[in-house]
Amino acid sequence: MSIIEESGTSTAVSAPPPGRITRLDSSSLKVTQWRVIRSEWIKLRTVRSWLVMIGAAVVVVVGMGALAAAVASGAVTAPTPPGAGGAANERNPFASTDPTALSMAGVTLAQLIVGVLGVLFVSNEYANGSIRNWFGAVPRRLPVLWGKAVVLTVTLAVVMVLACLAAFLLGQAILGDDTSTTLAADGVLRAVVGSGLYLAGIGLFGIAIGALLRNTAGAIAVVVASLLIIPGLIGLILPDSWNQNVSPYLPSTAGQAFTTVHPADTLLSSGAGAAVFVGWLVVLLAGAAVLIRRRDT
Amino acid sequence: MIVIDHVSKHYGRQTAVDDLSFEVKPGVVTGFLGPNGAGKSTTMRMIIGLDRPSSGQITVNGRRYADLGAPLHEVGALLEAKAVHPGRSARDHLVAVATTTGIPIKRVDETLDMVGLTSVANRRAGTFSLGMSQRLGIAGALLGDPEIVMLDEPVNGLDPEGILWIRGLLAELAAQSRTVFVSSHLITEISAVAEHLVIIGRGRLIAELPVAELAAGAAGRSVLVRSPDAARLADAIRADGVDIRTGADAELLEVTGLEARVIGRRAAEAGIVLYELTPTSVSMEQAFMDLTRDAVDYPAHLAPELAQSDRSAA
Repeated sequence: MSIIEESGTSTAVSAPPPGRITRLDSSSLKVTQWRVIRSEWIKLRTVRSWLVMIGAAVVVVVGMGALAAAVASGAVTAPTPPGAGGAANERNPFASTDPTALSMAGVTLAQLIVGVLGVLFVSNEYANGSIRNWFGAVPRRLPVLWGKAVVLTVTLAVVMVLACLAAFLLGQAILGDDTSTTLAADGVLRAVVGSGLYLAGIGLFGIAIGALLRNTAGAIAVVVASLLIIPGLIGLILPDSWNQNVSPYLPSTAGQAFTTVHPADTLLSSGAGAAVFVGWLVVLLAGAAVLIRRRDT
Repeated sequence: MIVIDHVSKHYGRQTAVDDLSFEVKPGVVTGFLGPNGAGKSTTMRMIIGLDRPSSGQITVNGRRYADLGAPLHEVGALLEAKAVHPGRSARDHLVAVATTTGIPIKRVDETLDMVGLTSVANRRAGTFSLGMSQRLGIAGALLGDPEIVMLDEPVNGLDPEGILWIRGLLAELAAQSRTVFVSSHLITEISAVAEHLVIIGRGRLIAELPVAELAAGAAGRSVLVRSPDAARLADAIRADGVDIRTGADAELLEVTGLEARVIGRRAAEAGIVLYELTPTSVSMEQAFMDLTRDAVDYPAHLAPELAQSDRSAA
């Protein structure tokens, strides 16, 4: 407060002479999509808590993958119930799991972090009112949505694909030669890179939900529900025959079709799963775009 | 030049702006005046395309705001001071704004200097006082070197020094022949800086006039007359356009619409004794209150006698 008081006095009352102000020429000041993308990039990297969230997602992907591999390899022993004897290995929940899936164990938690980040990247601007600044600067509005979508998706795609590759390599090293697999094995590279891209897609999912609902708490609830709660709940509520027809088409289950090496019989093929996942994102973003154009801000 | 042409805005069943038409003329400071809730902010949001008019049309320099190629160069607006991500530094915020339309970074630093925020440019905006946030908002408005500067209640919450600074800034902007459109609910504040006034209440246009005219109207508006024969005097001067009020005091008349010298002459002609003949002037505030009295959303319900004595005291 005192700092501003001092600097305020020196500039108070009279603005600097016009000569010191750079006069701008309107011909060079067109709003373009590329400029808005660059602006959104600046906005993403200048809020420290968002960078921390991206870092946390990386730590979760690599750390939980390594931990799961360590538990499965027996290097770390899972806690055994008292009186269960020494048969720890037989009881190990990870013992028979696919080695790629083991090293991707962190993706389930990381998706919540990037989903929430996507929500915040949009909804914070409605919460603090700065969306009016941005729509005032970009009156056609949609370049702001596309800018956010491009910046967060590309950033997360690069970071999360690298994180998944690191988690895979670290996980296989921990598992050792007997049980590990390699990127050259059938479907493994697709599943690992697919996991990274899936996380980028969930970030975009958060952006779309945030733009649709504009409310942080509501949008986070929807993201968590659609990724974790609805897939489980639907199996309990719907009759089996319906469940088989609905469940594979949910965003998270469609994601599993291309993030696992050998998709289960109940899932779509990896190509179809990817198409359904992208389809969800396209439909939600299109809905957000229509509402952003129409709504008062 | 901003042209507002028969604009209405409804939110559900509530009417925020009702068939409003006026122009903000280039090169002068226009004050946008009205009680809280009169529709000032809604009108400003519609000017920069944030809210869509239910009917009517608004153009900025002849075009809809959404069709402007370089909007920040044509209109710089401050709507809410605190509308900045609290975790982002003041400078980063302005750089992000500037980047949308290719404003050079050099201009960001000049603008920070212009509003006196250079020393705190790298501090998170969430740590700013209201006065500093207000300066940051003004920096955002001036960033694009705009022809039109639009500020919503810029002195709200400012300390006296900040208010003085805003006044100087507005005068400076007008001297640079920019169009300045500034809202306030305080007539004294706005009359210090504005040349022209647009007054609204309950979403409707109440008056559009030069500040000088309101000031002239405020002077010599009514005459207090005390006479033992007040009733007869009232009959003698009663005419169209003359408003005569009587209070609890039977000797006292408050006459509006006649000059004191005319009342004095009529009294002499009728042979009526006068004890007192006092032209009163009302403050700018009173003149504004009189204009907007019927248009206040939440009027204070004074007892009639009290309101009456309040008037005669003015």
